Amino acid sequence: MSKIPTMAELAAEGKSPDILFWVGCAGSYDSRAQKVTIAFTKILNEVGINYAILGNEESCTGDPARRAGNEFLFQMSALQNIEVLNGYGIKKIVTTCPHCFNTLKNDYPALGGAYDVIHHTQLLQQLIDEGRIKMKEGGAFEGKRITYHDSCYMGRVNGVYEAPRKVLEALDNELVEMKRCKSNGLCCGAGGAQMWKEDEPGDKRINIERAEEALETGAEIIAANCPFCLTMMGDGMKAKDKQDEVMVYDLAELIVNNNGL
Amino acid sequence: MLQQIVFFLVSLAALGFAGWQFSKIRRNVLLGQPETISGNSGQRWRNVLLVAFGQSRMFKRWIPALFHFFIYAAFLLTQVELIEIFIDGLTGAHRFFYPRLGGFYVFVISFIEVLSLLALIATVIFLIRRNVLKLPRFTKPEMKGWPFRDANIILYLEIALIACIFTMNGTDEVLFNRGQSHAEGVEGLEGSFNFAVSSWLGPMLFGGIESESLLHTLERTGWWGHILVVFAFLNYLPISKHLHIILAFPNTYFARLKPRGEMKNMPEIMNEVKSMMGLGDGNGEGDMAAMEEELPEFGTKDVFGLSWKNILDAYSCTECGRCTAVCPANITGKKLSPRKILMDIRDRATEVGQKLESKDPQYAADPDKPLSKDNFDDGKSLFDYITPEELHACTTCNACVEACPVLIDPLDPILQMRRYEILTLSQGPGDWMPLFNSIENQGSAWAMSVDRDAWTKELTNE
Repeated sequence: MSKIPTMAELAAEGKSPDILFWVGCAGSYDSRAQKVTIAFTKILNEVGINYAILGNEESCTGDPARRAGNEFLFQMSALQNIEVLNGYGIKKIVTTCPHCFNTLKNDYPALGGAYDVIHHTQLLQQLIDEGRIKMKEGGAFEGKRITYHDSCYMGRVNGVYEAPRKVLEALDNELVEMKRCKSNGLCCGAGGAQMWKEDEPGDKRINIERAEEALETGAEIIAANCPFCLTMMGDGMKAKDKQDEVMVYDLAELIVNNNGL
Repeated sequence: MLQQIVFFLVSLAALGFAGWQFSKIRRNVLLGQPETISGNSGQRWRNVLLVAFGQSRMFKRWIPALFHFFIYAAFLLTQVELIEIFIDGLTGAHRFFYPRLGGFYVFVISFIEVLSLLALIATVIFLIRRNVLKLPRFTKPEMKGWPFRDANIILYLEIALIACIFTMNGTDEVLFNRGQSHAEGVEGLEGSFNFAVSSWLGPMLFGGIESESLLHTLERTGWWGHILVVFAFLNYLPISKHLHIILAFPNTYFARLKPRGEMKNMPEIMNEVKSMMGLGDGNGEGDMAAMEEELPEFGTKDVFGLSWKNILDAYSCTECGRCTAVCPANITGKKLSPRKILMDIRDRATEVGQKLESKDPQYAADPDKPLSKDNFDDGKSLFDYITPEELHACTTCNACVEACPVLIDPLDPILQMRRYEILTLSQGPGDWMPLFNSIENQGSAWAMSVDRDAWTKELTNE
C-alpha cells in the first residue's frame, strides 16, 4: 500500500492537500480504532483523494479534557493544534472520530480555528452518491441483518442521522433499527471522558444496556461510526459472550470488506 | 354593589400578592451571572410559537402530549371566560360578551366547555398515572415528599376549577328552565344559551334540586369558586413546579441557539494559556498578574456562578422527568438525574433568595457590610445539593437536552460544576489523572511509547 502523506512532506514539496485527515488519538493508538483508520485510508487511496495527515504534529483535540472540566488542558491542546492547522492553512478536515469532529467543528472557532469539518461517514456518503465508490454486488454483507448504533456526537449533538444510514443502504443489507435510535439513541457510555473511567456505582454498565438492546434486534452486525462506540459495543458483545456471532464494525470497514480493498 | 367592592378588594389583594411573589422569582433568577442573550429574534419567536405555544416537543410521546394538550388548551381558552368574570365582578354586567358576539359567544363558551370536559378526563388520567400506576419517572427519589404532593395539588386545583365552571353554567341552565337565570334580561338572549356541555350536564346534576335559592347559591358558589381558585392558583405558581405555564414562554425565547456541541468558552483561561504559550496579544502578562492577585475561582460552585439563564431553566422545569427517563446514567441505576440537577438549582436559588430577604447579618461574607448577593456566604453551595458522584456519571450524550419539552439545558450546569471541581478544587475522578497527564505530556489521550504515526509504518510495510 502506498505511503500515507503528511502535511510536512507535502509542504516541503510546496504542495497542499484538498483535505486533512484528522486521525485522532484512538485512530492512532487504539488497536481496534487503528483498523478503522487503515480501512478509511484504503478507501481514500482507492478513490484517489488528495489528502494528508498531520502525523506527529497532531495531538489530542482536548475533547475529553474539556468535558471532564479541565479547561486549562483543553486550551493548551486546542491552541497548539490551531497553531499547527492555521500554520498549514488548513481549510477542510475529515475525521473518523465524532468527538474530534465536534471539537474541531464547534469548540475551535471561539479559539481562532475555523475549518470546514466533515465526518468520514459524510464523506463516504458523498463519494457513494457521486459514484466514486462503487459497491461490489453480492458482497459479504448482502442481505445480512445489520443494526446501526448512532453515536451521540454525530447524532443528537450534530444532527447527522442519515449519512451513515445511506452508506448502509448502499451495501444492500437489511437495516433493523434498535428500539432507541436516531435522536432517541442510547449512548454507548463513553462520552464526556467516561471512556477513561469506571462507571459510577449503579445497576449495570451503560454499554451492557446498549449491547442488550442491539442483540434484541437479532442483527449479525452492529455498525457504528465512533472509535469509542466500537470499543464499548465490542466489550458489550464480549460480556454477553456474543463476540463470535455478532460483529461490531465501522462503516469504513464494511465498505473495505465488501469491496475487498 | 357590595359584591363588586368585595370582588375589587379580593382581586387587588390576590394580584398584588402574586406580583410580589413573582418579583422574588425574578430576583432569584438574577442571582446568576449576567449573560447577554440576543440576536436571531426570528428563530427565537419561532421557538416560542412552536415549542411553547405549539407544544411541538411534547408530541414525541403523543399519549401524554394529547392529554396535556387538552388541559393546556382549556387553560388558554378559559381566559376568555375569566375576562368576562372580571368584567362581571367589577361592573355587574353579566355575560358581557354575549350581546356583542351573539352566536359566536355560544360557540366559544361551548368550545371551552368541551375542552374543560376533556381536561377533566385528562386530569383524572394524570392522577391515576401518578398515584395508581406510579409511572417510573414520577417515582424517582427526587420526587418524594413535596414534589409528589405539589403535582397532586395542581391536579386537584384543576379539577376544582372545572367543577366550578360546570356548577356555574349547569345551575344557570336549570334556572333558565324555571325563568330565573342570572342571564335573564341579557340583551338579545332568547331561552337558554344552550352551551354544549352544561345544557345536558346541568339538568342531569342539578335538575333534581327543588329549592331555587339553593340553585342560586350554587351558581354564585361556582362563580366565586372559579375566580378564587384562579387567584389561589396564581399565588401558588411561584412555589410550585406549575410555574412552567408562564416561564415556558420566556425560557424558549432565550433558549440557546448555538450548536449543541459547543461548550461555553472561558476567555480568561484562553488568554492565560495564550500568554503562557507566547501566543498572546501583549496583554497576557497583565492578565496573569491580575489573576494571581485575585485567586480567581473557575467554574461554578453556587447559583451566583451560573448564568441567569441556567436559573430560569431551573424555575421553568415542571419535573416531568423526560430528561431523566432518557439519561443513560439514570437508566443504568446511577445517582445522576438531570431533573434533580434542575430542582437542586431552583431550591438553592430559592434558599439564597430567602436568606437575602431575611437581611440576617450571619449570612454576610463581610459582616461589616450589608448583606447582598455580592456579600453572601451561608457556608453552603450547590455542592451541598449535588454530589460529585452525580456530576461524574454524565456522558454528555445530550439526551436530556433533546428530551426537554421547554428547551431546558440540564447539561450546561453539570459541565460548569465539573469545571469548578477540577479547576478550583483540583479534585475529580482519580481515573482521569492518567488521562490529563498523557494529554499534557504526550499530546495524546493515552500514554503511548510509540510515535503517533507508527500505524502508517506498519501499513506501508504490509
